[in-house]
Amino acid sequence: MMNMSNESSLSHPKRQNKVMSKDKRTQILHDMVRIRMVEEEIARRYSEQEMRCPTHLCIGQEAVPVVVSSFLKKNDLVFSGHRSHGHYLAKGGNLNSMLAELYGKSTGCARGKGGSQHLIDLECNFMGSAPILSSTISVAVGAAWAEKYNDIGSVTVCYFGDGATEEGNFHEAMNFASIKSLPVIFVCENNLYSVHSAMDVRQPAGRKISEIASAHGMLGATCDGNNVEEIAAWVELAISRAREGQGPTLIECLTYRHLEHCGPNEDNDLGYRSKTEVEAWLASDPIEKLKETNTPDQRRSLELWVEQVEVEIEKAFVFAKTSSFPEASELFSHIYPVSGE
Amino acid sequence: MKRVSLSYSEALLTAQRQLLKQDKNVILLGLGVPGPTGIFGSTIGLVDEFGSKRVIDTPASENALTGIALGAATRGLRPILVHIRVDFAVLSMEPIVNQAAKWSYMYGGQIRAPLVIRMIIGRGWGQGPQHSQSLQAWFGHVPGLKVVMPTRPSDAYGMLITACQDNAPVIILEHRWLYSIKGPVCLEGERVPLEGAEIVRHGKDITIAATSYMVIEAIEAAEILSKIGIEAEVVDIRCLTPIDKNTIGKSVMKTGHLCVADTGHSEFGVCAEVISIISQNYWKYLKSSPTAISAPFVPTPTSPALADLYYPRAHQMAESIAKKLKVRKTLPPESKIDRPWRDQPNSKFIGPY
Repeated sequence: MMNMSNESSLSHPKRQNKVMSKDKRTQILHDMVRIRMVEEEIARRYSEQEMRCPTHLCIGQEAVPVVVSSFLKKNDLVFSGHRSHGHYLAKGGNLNSMLAELYGKSTGCARGKGGSQHLIDLECNFMGSAPILSSTISVAVGAAWAEKYNDIGSVTVCYFGDGATEEGNFHEAMNFASIKSLPVIFVCENNLYSVHSAMDVRQPAGRKISEIASAHGMLGATCDGNNVEEIAAWVELAISRAREGQGPTLIECLTYRHLEHCGPNEDNDLGYRSKTEVEAWLASDPIEKLKETNTPDQRRSLELWVEQVEVEIEKAFVFAKTSSFPEASELFSHIYPVSGE
Repeated sequence: MKRVSLSYSEALLTAQRQLLKQDKNVILLGLGVPGPTGIFGSTIGLVDEFGSKRVIDTPASENALTGIALGAATRGLRPILVHIRVDFAVLSMEPIVNQAAKWSYMYGGQIRAPLVIRMIIGRGWGQGPQHSQSLQAWFGHVPGLKVVMPTRPSDAYGMLITACQDNAPVIILEHRWLYSIKGPVCLEGERVPLEGAEIVRHGKDITIAATSYMVIEAIEAAEILSKIGIEAEVVDIRCLTPIDKNTIGKSVMKTGHLCVADTGHSEFGVCAEVISIISQNYWKYLKSSPTAISAPFVPTPTSPALADLYYPRAHQMAESIAKKLKVRKTLPPESKIDRPWRDQPNSKFIGPY
């Protein structure tokens, strides 16, 4: 019987100390760079005031979704919250539809009805994202329950931040997932801040979020969310446990957002995050860390990739800008889903 | 057409049994759902027939359970979630209002969330402030929800089936004091719609539009009024999304007078809404200003001495209608009750509440 206590990332008996293959590492780096480039372009263009919705960028936090998705199959499900661009893109979400959604166009992934905070792409099973903290956690648990009920064999990932773990719904959802032994991976991106509020006013000192897992009868682990190998080890274990019917896992990934909570700018002038802290985390940039050990071949391959992605991004922005806004009649469409056989 | 006489709770039970039998994606969940008292008889025995994978007892986690039901619904299940009190559903307002109601619209119509939430309006035996609320107005105010209040067993049966087969989230508010009332139920036949009001008693002198248990009080008031020559038309409002202005309006065109009776408060409630709708659309037919019959705007008190003052009664309704219509005849005296207080539906009923 597995010990359900919190395990440090190095000592879990089943954690594989594998070295990541060169190809996988390259793929991960490229996917992270692509997300970073998309987010940076959004940030650059945001002041044009044509993306008129609250936008929470994930610059600095790209490692977690890319590593998680690298172990997922297409029919595995992903749910997220307000800071979902990385989760969406890593799962295979359509870039054109995502940008069109930010521009409020009818070609957007939610037909302009949701904006950045309500991305969805059912084609790749990015099932939905909603900004009320912890709301999609119970929805993800329900989806996993239905998948298990129908013996689909999929796993469900739910992404959320440190703030969401303070909501009652998070605990209720964990409890239920544990009782039913559901194939869920709870991925907490702990970036230490809930808007401007630091951990010390929100959570008990010295208590890791992953320790909550054992209180709910499941496995939990904390890892460096900017270290792809560390994330990979835990994600691979969690997914195999889920697929083998051994139930849910909570993985807390320590990471950091480079920009402000919501919007395209830095906000270090506000002073809620110290200069030393910010600098330390910037020095731990997950993309820079991978690039450091690139061989000349890998550097060249990355350069080619960047050129390709630049073209893709430019085209996607053109698509978004030239798409039409929803017609007036769409104001009243889709209040209810269509019923009947 | 196979018609049987069933009580309201038997009608609910029959509907759920039929749904569970016909569609393997239907699941029934909630606190105490498979338990020995089976939600006042409305879910009794279903776990023995369909198993605990489909008839599920749950942790006391109303908030997450609603999100969970929504998530399951997005993946093909058709959950029926039961709250033994409307007051407990308050713990789940966020997933009802922010999530379930909006997932179709805010995702551009891509998600369907066929979710049914049954809630029971409590009354009697000192249920008090947190076991008696009637919050249909809250749900009626949220675009994306369908809200129904079946009064008769035929509607309890038919609307639950239609709700489960509907792809939208449907809130069904049931009244505890309706549970033992029997009525004819057609077990096969046309789908019962989740819209439209119904005239349950014809009359020419005044329209009483009522919800849920107040329909019963309204019919009794109509019988009292009939003794002094006033014939009231009673409309069972049935559905709140939308309120059937055509049926109520047509009745008002005939009678010229409107009284609305609801189980909740008049303030910001169904009474206010119906009066607003009829005033806006049928103004010229009104010969008197519309009136509201509802619980006073206080939390439900527990003491039977106060609870007796709280719930409007048929005789009081008849008195106020006679006064409104300026009919000076004396009503027959209110019938005496065979129990010390009115906090029981009848003297034989001893609970559970």
